[in-house]
Amino acid sequence: MQAKRTVFPNKILPYLLLIPQLAVTLAFFIWPALQAVKSSFEREDPFGFKTTFVWFENYRRLFIDPLYLSSVGKTAIFAVSVTALSMSLSLILAVAVNRVLRTNRLYTTMLVWPYAVAPVVVGILWWFMFNPTIGIAPYMLRAVGVSWNHRVDGVDAMILVIIAASWKQISYNFLFFVAGLQSVPQSLIEAAAIDGAGPFKRFWTIVFPLLAPTTFFLLIVNINYAMFDTFGIIDATTQGGPAQATNTLVYKVYTDGFIGLNIGSSSAQSVVLMVIVIALTAIQFRYVERRIQY
Amino acid sequence: MIENRPVLAFLTHLVLIIGVVIVVFPVYIAFIASTHGSGDFMRGLVPLLPGPHMIENYSFMLNEGISSAGAPPLSIMLLNSLVMAISIAVGKIIISILSAYAIVFFKFPFRLLAFWIIFITLMLPVEVRIIPTFKVVSDLGMLNSYPGLIIPLIASATATFLFRQFFLTVPDELMEAARVDGAGPMKFFRDILLPLSRTNIAALFVILFIYGWVQYLWPLLVTTDSRYYTIVMGIKRLAATADSEPQWNFVMAAVMLAMLPPVLVVILMQRLFVKGLVETEK
Repeated sequence: MQAKRTVFPNKILPYLLLIPQLAVTLAFFIWPALQAVKSSFEREDPFGFKTTFVWFENYRRLFIDPLYLSSVGKTAIFAVSVTALSMSLSLILAVAVNRVLRTNRLYTTMLVWPYAVAPVVVGILWWFMFNPTIGIAPYMLRAVGVSWNHRVDGVDAMILVIIAASWKQISYNFLFFVAGLQSVPQSLIEAAAIDGAGPFKRFWTIVFPLLAPTTFFLLIVNINYAMFDTFGIIDATTQGGPAQATNTLVYKVYTDGFIGLNIGSSSAQSVVLMVIVIALTAIQFRYVERRIQY
Repeated sequence: MIENRPVLAFLTHLVLIIGVVIVVFPVYIAFIASTHGSGDFMRGLVPLLPGPHMIENYSFMLNEGISSAGAPPLSIMLLNSLVMAISIAVGKIIISILSAYAIVFFKFPFRLLAFWIIFITLMLPVEVRIIPTFKVVSDLGMLNSYPGLIIPLIASATATFLFRQFFLTVPDELMEAARVDGAGPMKFFRDILLPLSRTNIAALFVILFIYGWVQYLWPLLVTTDSRYYTIVMGIKRLAATADSEPQWNFVMAAVMLAMLPPVLVVILMQRLFVKGLVETEK
């Protein structure tokens, strides 16, 4: 790994500088993670008196548990829909902002602030919008003959959490798409225009392919976001219900472990999630490394 | 702009205006709700125009809160959130800049190991280690305290990487000159590196302040004493009872107050915010 050509000769000082960061990391990240791995191989009796080592029993049960498998499916639907919806809306808005000259700062300001809204607050905002008794969205849906009740209908509940989670992520994707669009060389676009390509053709044949690195980066980040950062949204809107319809993997770890106190199963679920984050992070960093080379 | 197409220009603005409406509308509805009296939510539809009870609702929530829902006055929760967000941001910046300095400007055994230990934190979000982390904090006696809210969240791989990246761009000559002039490592750090890092620190502060403010799961786990509730987690308790007993006006007043500080930070420091966001995530 890279360091300076010339460095300070001190032998003790660097360790002192690293101590605070490493202490926090070891105490609150690495040690708990190891504990989670350890208890994923153990089973605790109902009174918590003794724990027995059960090898992969927790994992085996997990992967034949229909509730868990359904949660995997729900998480996949949720993550893919949030990523697709949020990224496509953001791309349209970013392209539009990139076309306007004088007012682009104003529009940008109006579009980026949801980044600062806490997920649980986002959940409450949309929960209020879609409240079956007084919400404005069900009222409008009723006018066109659609009945809405996310408290009993699993599909409605899923749509609600997808909309809320996508709304929050628009600002983030928008900013990265704008940054990506600004790095597309203007000369290429002008050359295409001289050759007679209209704005839509220019977008699809030049701009969109050149945005591929940004799009790929955002794809990973959005999947990561939908899987791990939407706990608050789900907790505020559906709490995994109705009938597990929106119980994502992260929410299930929390309810099984912290509320249900099924430590073995919850730990096994945590370990599965860790493997997913590690894979996503590895993909992201591999790609960033390559981007630097080019 | 390459060619002048009035229809396309019109469409562009239309798209943006629709986008802004989508983004703003839920918050508009929440704001409107926060200006009405409790009775206005019994009828079929939420009000769409401001009502006369704004000041009353907000001052009631700030000063008294809804004690039946176990929620203290919002002013206490706002203060807790502020303490938590600022401490997390400052703490993350301090420990990250120190470790980045150690990794870039010194050569020592286990340097690579230290780097990887810091890197691993990226892969262990609190959501995947809920119970064991809770147990560590409870064993250390940090439940229901500011240190318990703050310290477990201040390790930061992204901030360390950002500073590392920046330090690598600082010319070697600067350090050589400082050493020729007899400056030791801490003097070089304080008098040369810190001033050079000022914009990075400011940009990072904006992002990390927001990160600290929006924390939900962690305060939910470690605080059971309402004196330590942060506003973001306290709101959930208000909303949970509001369903049976519609006090939407109060819940939405709390929602507006919980959003206001970080949103203002983004709007007022937009340039730093964008810089911080784009650079920390790479």
